[in-house]
Amino acid sequence: MAEPLYSMSISRLAPILGRGEVSPVEVTEQFLERIGRLDEKIHAYLTVDADGALAQARNAEARRREGEATTLTGIPLALKDVLATQGLRTTCASRILENFAPPFDATVCARLRQAGAVFLGKVNMDEFAMGSSTENSAFGVTHNPWRRDHIPGGSSGGAAAAVAADLCTASLGSDTGGSIRQPASHCGVVGLKPTYGRVSRYGLVAYASSLDQIGPVTKEVRDAAILLQAIAGQDRRDSTSVPAPVPDYQEALGQDVRGLKIGVPKEYFGEGLDPDVREAVEAALKTLASLGADLVEVSLPHTEYAVATYYVVAVAEASSNLARYDGVKYGVRREGRNLMEMYYNTRASGFGAEVRRRIMLGTYALSAGYYEAYYKKASQVRMLIRRDFDAAFNKCAAIAAPVAPTPAFRIGEKIDDPLTMYLSDIFTISANLAGIPGISVPCGFSSLGLPIGLQILGPPFGEPVVLQTAYAFEQATDFHKRRPEF
Amino acid sequence: MAYEAVIGLEVHAQLLTRSKIFCGCTTQFGAPPNTQTCPVCLGMPGSLPVLNRKALEYAVKMALATNCRVAAESVFARKNYFYPDLPKGYQISQYELPLAEHGHLDIRVNGAVRRIGITRIHLEEDAGKLIHHEVRPVSFVDFNRAGVPLIEIVSEPDIRTPEEASQYLKAIRDILVYLEICDGNMEEGSLRGDANVSLRPLGTAGLGTRTELKNMNSFRFVKLALEYEIRRQRGLLAAGREIIQETRLWDASQNQTISMRGKEEAHDYRYFPDPDLAPVRIDEQWLEDLRKNLPELPAAKWQRFQDQYGLPEYDAEVLTADKALADYFEGTVKEFPHPKKVSNWIMGEFMRELKETPSLMSSVTFAASGKLLKLVEKGAISATASKGVFVEMVKTGQDPETIIQEKGLAQISDTGALEAAAREILAANPKEVADYKAGKTKVMGFFVGQLMRRTKGQANPQLANEVFKKLLNEI
Repeated sequence: MAEPLYSMSISRLAPILGRGEVSPVEVTEQFLERIGRLDEKIHAYLTVDADGALAQARNAEARRREGEATTLTGIPLALKDVLATQGLRTTCASRILENFAPPFDATVCARLRQAGAVFLGKVNMDEFAMGSSTENSAFGVTHNPWRRDHIPGGSSGGAAAAVAADLCTASLGSDTGGSIRQPASHCGVVGLKPTYGRVSRYGLVAYASSLDQIGPVTKEVRDAAILLQAIAGQDRRDSTSVPAPVPDYQEALGQDVRGLKIGVPKEYFGEGLDPDVREAVEAALKTLASLGADLVEVSLPHTEYAVATYYVVAVAEASSNLARYDGVKYGVRREGRNLMEMYYNTRASGFGAEVRRRIMLGTYALSAGYYEAYYKKASQVRMLIRRDFDAAFNKCAAIAAPVAPTPAFRIGEKIDDPLTMYLSDIFTISANLAGIPGISVPCGFSSLGLPIGLQILGPPFGEPVVLQTAYAFEQATDFHKRRPEF
Repeated sequence: MAYEAVIGLEVHAQLLTRSKIFCGCTTQFGAPPNTQTCPVCLGMPGSLPVLNRKALEYAVKMALATNCRVAAESVFARKNYFYPDLPKGYQISQYELPLAEHGHLDIRVNGAVRRIGITRIHLEEDAGKLIHHEVRPVSFVDFNRAGVPLIEIVSEPDIRTPEEASQYLKAIRDILVYLEICDGNMEEGSLRGDANVSLRPLGTAGLGTRTELKNMNSFRFVKLALEYEIRRQRGLLAAGREIIQETRLWDASQNQTISMRGKEEAHDYRYFPDPDLAPVRIDEQWLEDLRKNLPELPAAKWQRFQDQYGLPEYDAEVLTADKALADYFEGTVKEFPHPKKVSNWIMGEFMRELKETPSLMSSVTFAASGKLLKLVEKGAISATASKGVFVEMVKTGQDPETIIQEKGLAQISDTGALEAAAREILAANPKEVADYKAGKTKVMGFFVGQLMRRTKGQANPQLANEVFKKLLNEI
C-alpha cells in the first residue's frame, strides 16, 4: 500500500503536491481530521487553527496552479507556541498569556508564510520553554507517542510528538539548552539547533536571549535542511542575527563521510549514562566508522560546569525577559488594592512553579553583591566552554555524542526533583553556551521501545557538516522509518 | 563651622532623532496617547531592539563636544525595575561600559573659569508616561515617549555653588542646542537635571552624606532647590544632627525639597549586559569625521566674538547664547560692517521684536536688517523712524526701502523744507524765543521736538538743530 500522506516527509510530499496528485487543501483536511481524532491521546496541540490553515492551503493551491510554488508550498507545519503568529493565540504554555494574540508574525513564521507553508496550529511546550518534559505546560502534559505514559521531552515536546505521531509533516521548535534535540531524541525524530545568530529570533518569545535559537523538527534529515534553508539568514529586526551568507544545505547531503574526522568527547560517555543509550550511541559510532569516518577522541574539559553555568546565565536572562508580564499591557491581570498587589497577584497566579523558581534564581544571581560571584563568573566559564569546542574542532570536523543521558522517563517521575530534571540537558546545554549547531538523529531504541538519538555537533556555521554526517548515518540505518503505534 | 557644598549633576537630554532609539516609531511630541507605538517599544513578547544609528551619532557628538574619550566598544545593559510606564520591566541603558568617559567642561562664573569634570555619557531609552485620572483612582499609561532616545551626562562632584550648578546646566544646554541634538526645553522635560549634594567642612577633602534632588524643571529651580538643600543640610549639621541619605523632590509650590525615598528603599537594578544588542563598536574614521564636522561651540564663539568683532564680554554672551542669534548677528555684520552698532541694535530693537514674534529670523533676512541699519547710518531715515520700519518689516516681510517709501518716512534733510516749518514754530512760540534769547538755550530741545512732531519724526534732528540756531540768530 502506498505511504499515507500524513506520514510523508516534506521531501516526499512536495513532489506529490507539485504534480497536483493531491491538493494542499486535501492534505490539510487530512491532517485536521487526524488531529481531531488522535490528538486527545497525545495532546501535542494547544491551538488548532483550522480556518487559518485552510485559508493558507487555498492560497497554496492558487500558487501551485500559478506555478509560483516553493518546496514548502502547501506543506502542513506545526509551530511551537513560543513563536509569535499574527492574530493567533501565542501562549508559551503559560496562564499569563492564555489569551494573548500577537499583532505580528515572528520572522520565521513570516518567511514560511511567504514560502507558502500551512500552519496547522500551535504546539505544546514547557511554560516559557523552561523544562525538559513538557510537564511544565500550564495546559497539560504532552504524551510520548511511543509510550503514552512517558514524557515526550522538552521543552519542544509538542513539536517533537506532533512530528512523531504524524500530526504534522514537520514543525519548528526552539532550543535554549537542548529543547529541540532532547525531545527529538525522545520521540525518534530529527531535531536541529542552528548556530546562534543563524536564524532570526524576532518573534521568538524570549526565555534566555543569548542561548535561544529556533530550529526545525522533522521526520528526516533532508527535511531539516529544507526547513533551515527557508528560515536561515540575517534579519534586520534581530541585531544578533548574523550576516554570513546562507549556503545550500541540501548540497551537503549525500556527500560521504569517508575520511571525515569525527570527535568523540570522552566526558560524554562517563557515569550516569543509561546502558541502553550507551549501547545505541556506541553502535552508532561504529556505523559512522564503517561508513569511513575517522573517529578521534576529543576532550571538552569544562563539560562538568555546563549545567551550573547554564542555570545561572539562562535564569538570569529569564528573570529580566519575563519582567514584562506584569498585568499592565497584555495577558492576564489579577487586580489588587494597589499597584504592588496587582503585580504580586498577576505574577503569582500567572506563572507556574518552575517559571517562578527560575525567575527567583535569576533575580538572585543578578543581585547586588552576587552578580560577580554568579552571573559574571558564569559568563567567564561560558568562554572556557566555548574554547573547549574551538580546541576540539581543531582536531575534528564534527562531534558525535549522546543527546540525553536516558531515554524518555515516565510522566511525573522527576517533576518533584528539579536538580535531576536539570541533568537531562547535560549533553545538550554546552552547544547553547558555545553557540554551535547540533542535531539529533534517531539511532536506536531502549529495551522499553523508546527512541534514542545520536547528537552531531559542528563548529559555528557548521550546519552543512552536521547535516552531512547525520544524513549519512540516517541513510545507513532504518531507525527513522519506524512509526509509533498509539 | 564653615561648610562647602559638593555638588554633582546628572543631566538627561532627549535626542532630536526622528525615530525612537530601538524601533522606527516617530518621536514627535503631542500625539494622542499610544498612537506612536509598535511591538518593540511596547515590549511585546518576541520583539527585539535594533539600535538607531542617528541616536548613537548624536550621543558621540555630545561626547566629543565635552572632551570625553569615546569608548571603542561600549555595551548596552538592562536596568531592571518594575513600573507601569516601563513596558519591558527593564530600561535599556548602559552601565559598566558607557559610550564615553573622562570629559570636562569649562564654565564661567563671576568672571572666573571653572573646569567641571564629566564622568560619563551614556545612551538609554526613555520610559512612557503615567496619566492619573482627576477623580477616580485610576491611572493610564501613554507609551508614545517609551523608547525616545536619551543621553545621560554625569558630572564629577566638582560643583561648589548653586550658581555654578545653574551655569553648568546652561552650558550643557547651550552645547546640546548648538549641536542640534536636543531642544533643551526643561519645562517640557526634554532636558532634565538631577543633583547630588552634600556638605563638608571647608578645607577638608572627604565627602559628607549626600541627598539626591529631583524634579527641578527649570534653571531657576535648580538654583533654588540647591540653595534650599544646602541651607537645610547646614542647619542639620549645625544642630549636631545627621544627614539621611535619600532622594528628595523639589516642590516648587512650597519652595522646598521633600523626602521621596530613603536609602533602604533604593532599587537594586540588577544591571547586566543586554543579550539582545551587540556591543557598540565605534569606527575610528567615523569618529574622526564627526570630530572634524563639529560646529563651533558656544564657548569658542563667545571668545571669537570678542576677538574678531571687538565686542564686550556681555554682548558676546548675549549674542552667542543662541546659535541662530549669533548667526544672525554675523550675517548682519556682513551687510553692515559695524559690529558694535549691530550688536546694540540686535540686543535692543531686534530682541524686543523677537520676543513678540519668535519666527522673526525666518521672515526678516539679515540682509534686510543690514540694509535698514545702513539707511539709518546714511541719514536716509532717523533712528526713531527706523523702529517703526522694523516693526513693519516683521509684520509684512517687506524690504525697508519699500516701507520707507510707502509710508513716506524718509528723513527730511532738505534745509529749505525744514526752514519754512521752523519759522512757523518760532512765530507761534514768542515766549520760548524770548527765553532762548535770554540765554535759556535748553528750549532748543522744545523747538526741535515741535519740528519732529510736525514732520512725523522725519526731520533730520541734527539739521533741525542747525536750522533753528541759524533762524534764532537772525531774529
